Amino acid sequence: MKALVAKVAAAAFVLFARAITAVRAIWPEEGLPARPCVYFANHSSHGDFVLVWAVLPPRLRHRTRPVAGAEYWLKSHTNAFIGRDVFNAVLIERDREKRTEDPIALMVSAVDAGSSLILFPEGTRNQTEDRLLPFKSGIFHLVDQRPELDLVPVWINNLNRVMPKGEIVPIPLICTVTFGSALRIAPGEDKEAFLERMRAALLALAPKPAGSGE
Amino acid sequence: MTAAGSDLVTLVLGILGVLIVASAVGYMLERRLATDGPNAAVENLNARIRAWWAMVILIGLAFIAGRIGVLVLFAFCSFAALREFITLIYTRRADHWALASAFFLVLPIQYYLLWAEEYGIFSIFIPVYAFLLMPIISVLRGDTERFLLRVAEVQWALMICVFCVSHVPALLTLDIPGYEGRNVLLIAFLVIVVQLSDVLQYVWGKLFGRTKIAANLSPSKTVEGFVGGVASATLIGAALWWITPFTPLQAGLLSFIITLMGFLGGLVMSAIKRDRGVKDWGHLIEGHGGLIDRLDSVVFSAPIFFHLVRYWWSLS
Repeated sequence: MKALVAKVAAAAFVLFARAITAVRAIWPEEGLPARPCVYFANHSSHGDFVLVWAVLPPRLRHRTRPVAGAEYWLKSHTNAFIGRDVFNAVLIERDREKRTEDPIALMVSAVDAGSSLILFPEGTRNQTEDRLLPFKSGIFHLVDQRPELDLVPVWINNLNRVMPKGEIVPIPLICTVTFGSALRIAPGEDKEAFLERMRAALLALAPKPAGSGE
Repeated sequence: MTAAGSDLVTLVLGILGVLIVASAVGYMLERRLATDGPNAAVENLNARIRAWWAMVILIGLAFIAGRIGVLVLFAFCSFAALREFITLIYTRRADHWALASAFFLVLPIQYYLLWAEEYGIFSIFIPVYAFLLMPIISVLRGDTERFLLRVAEVQWALMICVFCVSHVPALLTLDIPGYEGRNVLLIAFLVIVVQLSDVLQYVWGKLFGRTKIAANLSPSKTVEGFVGGVASATLIGAALWWITPFTPLQAGLLSFIITLMGFLGGLVMSAIKRDRGVKDWGHLIEGHGGLIDRLDSVVFSAPIFFHLVRYWWSLS
């Protein structure tokens, strides 16, 4: 019963996201990797992973899990239902003090089980004027353990205008989700260089902002 | 069957005939010209033909559903057009509630007023009430950065996408003696003349186009295409007088005004696109632009056509 409700709720989220944003996916020429991979995206709205999830082809969508902060998604029963049951999120504790499980180990086991991940390496929602915050190191530690993993940069455009922080009514605006070519960590690449390379690859997908004052 | 019903059937059969011929020509061109790889012009033509099929089927279904069907169809067009327009304009956080009320308050109220046939308030609701309400909502947040620009852009978005578009279904509210129950044919007349004018300008331009009208606005618009398209669409409009309350001469004159406004509307909307640095308004129809790209000429001709007919023919 719960699984059925979760399934219906997932379909409703996707339908609603599409009705508001008429979201359009832009794929890389070679398409998406066939094997489990990590989609890493810019983060400016609570709806970010729903949008990525909505545009993925259904066969890939069903085994793609967002990585999200446990403290938010376990805050209430509703949040927990949406996070855990509807989107099957990999919930990680961001506060080191409260950690009972290692976030990297959680992600590695999800990937090993055949899932793809949606990851927001900025670690938190970007509320600044900068296009992209510095990356946290989680994505590096993940590929440090699984260097064969494909990393797909994903730029989500316009969703921050649809529903800025603190607003409850979304404004219908057209959003695009641009997928880049898959990347991998180079042998011997150090943390700073790797994170900077990933960040540059993601920024390269960002279109010139139409309507946001250039 | 009523006279209106049989005229509608004749019209629908005629349109289907034209579309079938167009599809057949498109198919033949594709077979003949696309032997060495796809031909961009032919692919574009066939994409347009498929879009017309979709348009005819949608409008046809709306006509069958009656007044509510027509209102829902155009309310959706307004919604999708407004979404495309506001995506491209400059907005700030402080405009959030102004934009939300444009979508969820102004748009539904405008179409409700049409449903209630409240012409007195329908015709001023957006230019008076909404235009004053928008800057008030925006100013409450105290953000004055490029304020006039932001207000003007949202007002223009509402003007084009909601006010102007709603004047197509508004034709249903006119009360023309001797034309009772046939108003839906006025919508058909307007849409057919505008779309044919677009198509014929395109065809004449492709065949004989030499002299560009406004090279930095729209490279595909030529004097030859414009003259040929307007003239032939005007003649076809005159020949459609039997679905209207007009004489052939009046139908021709109105068609001339419709096509002229349609052409100029297309220019204005191109200028906006140029200003925003985009080629198309959106991607509603995969591969060939957004809804506003298909609606731009209707948008400018609808209010003028509506008011001319209302002034000279309608009792209401």
